[in-house]
Amino acid sequence: MFGQAGLTALRAAFFSIAAALFFLAGPAIAAAPLPVLTGRVVDDAHMINPATRQAIEEKLAAYEKKSSDQIVVATIDSLGGEEIEPYANRLFRAWKIGQAKENNGILLLIAKDDRKMRIEVGYGLEGTLTDLQSKLIIENDLVPAFRAGDFSGGISKAVDDIIAVLSGNAAELQARAARNPHRQDSGPNFAGILFFIIWGSIFFFGLGTSLLAPVFGRRIGRNRYRWLGMNIGVGGFGGSSGGGWSSGGGFSDGGGFSGGGGSSGGGGASGSW
Amino acid sequence: MSATMPARRLLPGFFLLLFVLPFLSACGINTIPTQQEQAKAAWSEVLNQYQRRADLIPNLVATVKGYAAQEKDVLTSVVEARAKATQTQVNVNTPSNPDAFKAFQENQAGLTNALSRLLAVVENYPDLKSNQNFLALQAQLEGTENRIAVARRDYIEAVRVYNTSLRTYPTALWAKFWYTDAQPMQTFTIPEQKMETPKVNFGSKS
Repeated sequence: MFGQAGLTALRAAFFSIAAALFFLAGPAIAAAPLPVLTGRVVDDAHMINPATRQAIEEKLAAYEKKSSDQIVVATIDSLGGEEIEPYANRLFRAWKIGQAKENNGILLLIAKDDRKMRIEVGYGLEGTLTDLQSKLIIENDLVPAFRAGDFSGGISKAVDDIIAVLSGNAAELQARAARNPHRQDSGPNFAGILFFIIWGSIFFFGLGTSLLAPVFGRRIGRNRYRWLGMNIGVGGFGGSSGGGWSSGGGFSDGGGFSGGGGSSGGGGASGSW
Repeated sequence: MSATMPARRLLPGFFLLLFVLPFLSACGINTIPTQQEQAKAAWSEVLNQYQRRADLIPNLVATVKGYAAQEKDVLTSVVEARAKATQTQVNVNTPSNPDAFKAFQENQAGLTNALSRLLAVVENYPDLKSNQNFLALQAQLEGTENRIAVARRDYIEAVRVYNTSLRTYPTALWAKFWYTDAQPMQTFTIPEQKMETPKVNFGSKS
C-alpha cells in the first residue's frame, strides 16, 4: 500500500505527535518539590505526636468510609519562598484529594518555618465548608493552640471541627456516600465490550473470510472460493498488520491511601501564627 | 469478468479506510476543537470568579460605610471601578479579541486596586476590623481573590496548550486547512497584584 518512504514519513509523523503529547502533558512549572502522599496524615515537619497522629488517621479513615470525603493533613518544613495559597492548590491537585466526580477533598496544610496554615477545600465542598468557616477554624482552633506550642492539640481540634462542619448536613452526607460506594474496581465496562465485539466483527469479518476461505473452503474458480455457503472472492492484497492499544494500569485498593481524583479551585482560607 | 468485480476492487479501499480512520483521529483532527473548548471553559471559570467578587462588593461597601462614612473618595472609587468592570460587555469570544481582552483586564485590575486601597483604609478603624460582618466579608473576599488567581492560572495554561497547537506541526496544518476560524486566545500578561502596590498611608487620613 505505502511505499517504504511513505511508511517512514508516517512513522515520523506519528512519533512527533507522541513526543508533542508527552511534552504537553508534562507539568508546566516545576516549583518546589512536593511531599509524597504517604497516608492521611503526612507529617513531614514532625509536628504531631505519634498517638495523636494515629487517632487522627483512624478518625479520617472512618469518616471517609461514612461519607467518601477525603481529608488529608500535611505538615511541611518550608514553602520554599512560595505563597501558601498556590502551594496548597498545587499539592491538592497533585495528590488528587477527594473523589473524582465529587471533588470532595479537604487539605489542611501547615508550613512550620513560615508559620502559616491553610485549609484548602475541593470544588465539591465549597458550599459546605465555606471560606468563612475555614477561617474560623483556623483562627479559633489552630492559631491559639499553635501560639501556645500545642501543635498536636490544635490540629486534632481542627480536624474534629472540619468533620463536624462537614457532617452538619446529614442528609447531604448520606447522599454523597451513597453516590460513592466504597471505592473498588468499577467492574467490566459492558457498553465498551459490546462496542468492540460489534466493531471487531465488522472489521474482521471480511478479513477473516478472505483469509480462511482458501484454507477451509472449496475452490470454485481463480481466486474464488466457496465456504459456509458464500462465494468469496480473494483479492491479491497481502497480509496487513494492525497495531493494538492496550490500556494497562490496574487499581489496587490495598492498605495504602491514595487520592480519588478530586480537584480544588482555591476555596478555603489561610492564616498565620 | 463477472458483476462482482467492482465490489472486489472497492474492498481493499474499504479496508484501507477502516484502517486509517483511527490514525486520522490520532494525528490531531480533534485536538484543536478539544483544546479550544477547554480554554473556553477555563475562561468561563475566570468570569465566574470575577463575577463572584463583584457580587460581594455592595455588601462590603455598605459595611464599611457604617463605620467609616468619611472615607468617601475611597468608597466611591470602589463603586465606580465595580461599575466599570461589570458594565463592560464580556462574553466567551472576548479572549479572541485583543482589545476587548485588554479592556477587561484593565477594568478588573482597576477594581483590584480600588479594593486593596479600601482594605488598607480599614486598618484605621479598629471597630470595623472586629465587626463580625466585616470579618465574614473579608474571609469571603480573600477566598474569592484566591479563586480568581487559580482560575487565571488554569486559563493561562489552557490557552498556552491551545495556542501551541495552533502554531506547531502537525496540528497547525489542521488549523490552516480545516479550522480556519480558530484564532489564538489572549492571555493575562501581568499578575494583577504586581500592577500597582497599594500605598498605605500611616497617620494622616487621606
